Amino acid sequence: MIDATTLVSPISMGKPVAMRETWGQCLVDLAHRYSDLLVLDGDLANSTRADIFAAAYPDRFLEMGIAEQNMIGIAAGLATVGYVPWISTFAAFLAKRALDQIRVVVAQPGLNVKLCGSYSGILTGKTGKTHQAVQDLAVFRSMPGVVTIAPADAVELRGAMDAMMEMTEPVYLRLTRDPSPTIFPPDHRFQLGRAVLLREGRDVGLIGTGVQTLRVLEAAELLATEGVDAAVLHLPTLKPLDLHAIIQLADRTGGIVTAEDYSVIGGLGSAVAETLAEHRPTPMRRVGWQDVYGESGPNDALLEKYGLTPGHVAAAAHELLQSPG
Amino acid sequence: MTMRAERKIAFPSDEGRRSIPELTALSAEARRLIVRYVHRAGAGHLGGPLSAADLLISLYFDVLRIDPSQPDWPQRDRFILSKGHSSIGLYAVLAMRGFFPVEELDTFDQIDSRLQGHPDMTKLPGLDMSTGSLGQGLSPGVGMALGAQLRNLPFRTWVMLGDGEIQEGQIWEAAFTAARYELDNLIAILDFNGLPQFGWPQAGGFTRNRPIDDPAAKFSAFGWHVVECDGHDHKSIRAAFDEAMTHRGQPTLVLAHTVKGKGVSFMEGDFNWHAKVPTDAELQQALAELNATVSHPNPEA
Ligand SMILES: Cc1ncc(C[n+]2csc(CCOP(=O)(O)OP(=O)(O)O)c2C)c(N)n1
Ligand SMILES: [Mg+2]
Repeated sequence: MIDATTLVSPISMGKPVAMRETWGQCLVDLAHRYSDLLVLDGDLANSTRADIFAAAYPDRFLEMGIAEQNMIGIAAGLATVGYVPWISTFAAFLAKRALDQIRVVVAQPGLNVKLCGSYSGILTGKTGKTHQAVQDLAVFRSMPGVVTIAPADAVELRGAMDAMMEMTEPVYLRLTRDPSPTIFPPDHRFQLGRAVLLREGRDVGLIGTGVQTLRVLEAAELLATEGVDAAVLHLPTLKPLDLHAIIQLADRTGGIVTAEDYSVIGGLGSAVAETLAEHRPTPMRRVGWQDVYGESGPNDALLEKYGLTPGHVAAAAHELLQSPG
Repeated sequence: MTMRAERKIAFPSDEGRRSIPELTALSAEARRLIVRYVHRAGAGHLGGPLSAADLLISLYFDVLRIDPSQPDWPQRDRFILSKGHSSIGLYAVLAMRGFFPVEELDTFDQIDSRLQGHPDMTKLPGLDMSTGSLGQGLSPGVGMALGAQLRNLPFRTWVMLGDGEIQEGQIWEAAFTAARYELDNLIAILDFNGLPQFGWPQAGGFTRNRPIDDPAAKFSAFGWHVVECDGHDHKSIRAAFDEAMTHRGQPTLVLAHTVKGKGVSFMEGDFNWHAKVPTDAELQQALAELNATVSHPNPEA
């Protein structure tokens, strides 16, 4: 059988780009092409960088104030008259404050609202546990009809946003705050629901999502220096999930480590474990927040304390390889 | 409710109270700590803490019945900083009041600190509620005030709100319930500085439109007693707080007119300073201005 997963060689990690800035610029580019695109902001435009869009398209930028639940309801109403509202707020408030509104007036009716959660994960500029998003993936993955995307870099983000405009279903787009290197070549094509193989390897299969995939690639390099040949699979879409790529990776390597800037509950690790348990029981380890809330702190210290560094991913792989089975 | 007649909540006696110039000097010190520690942490908010500084000093040095050596004293007055992003303002004042050493402000926003970016009651004694997600603080305040009434406990509950924050619908759900239960042991303070984080642009310049128009009329319509004051004048704040503490039969909103970034000329009224970190030079200028404000506090005046 032919391996359907594309192998994309990551370019050497380029100059860090802030995903939120790309997001703001890409909205402007999309607005040239799609006259129905609107941006609704929850008083955070200068953080999410929707202010880039506000400057370019002041009439298509709607400031909704600090009222996320209301903002979602208004977006749903706008969608019914043919607009495509893009939401600008933090992942934590979007996924939890406005959750019931998203469930009832966006997801259940399947309305075309693009739910963008900025400042996802643990690196939220020292704001701490109220702002860190530790439940968004579980929330959106478990919501029927909501596409869930977590891009790894600015190139993939642009591709994902193009794809989002082509779709009519609600989408959750998981974004990050701080600059991170670009790994995809400029001509990389984002394909919804398709995993991307970033590195071939036979000893262990590492799976990442979002910007954590960058740390997973670094982990694979670390492992290589230690004599372990690790494959790296990137899952930019948690829903729909590329079951085939996950199962094939398990077949080729016999052991899987997942890593995400997210809880070990309900996100990538859960999705992979659910898949493998049903289709191909495989030993695995999940790297992520260990069912805890975060705290304020500098990025390096947070990644270290909450176990998200390349070293933690590599250590999980070693532990898996050494465990009896 | 029949129990109200029996419940007696102490009123600060005049002789024990600090003079207005003393409070003013304390406010200047709080502001110096705020800018210094945001600069040091390289993170945090400035506009909101600076606009709330006088109100926080007045609370902790003039009206709250608290005991820093017993932060969990069951009969203490409760305070909830619903606009939790102004945490550094609260921490500065708690430190000055003796809840913890001022040096601990060094740890603000660092890993393993009790001084989180947004107040975390599981970490720091003296915090009555965790906040940071705007619009949520008034409801627990209603719960505390209701609990005090049901248990006949003699404490007041104070909640500080931002004017951007009261765009959240939950604020108005709480406002309704507070009036419905006639919670005169509940006092909300609105830091009415006219600016949220981004807001609506106004023609020509960095000032932006007020997030909420006429909150006095809105809270009155919800059944609250409303007192207005100049949120940067301790005499005016004291008069408003005193009235709030004696008003019966309704919760009170103290509508404090404030200036975002108050005390530092280049931050005042500029929404860009909502959460910006000053450079070394900006810090020096800010401290120089704050030092000049009250160079010779005269406690007798
Ligand atoms: C639910 C929620 N939405 C958005 C934010 C992000 N945020 C933090 S402060 C702020 C503006 C607050 O403005 P205001 O209440 O007027 O406070 P102040 O002017 O006193 O700083 C915003 C939007 C948040 N913390 N919580
Ligand atoms: Mg304000």
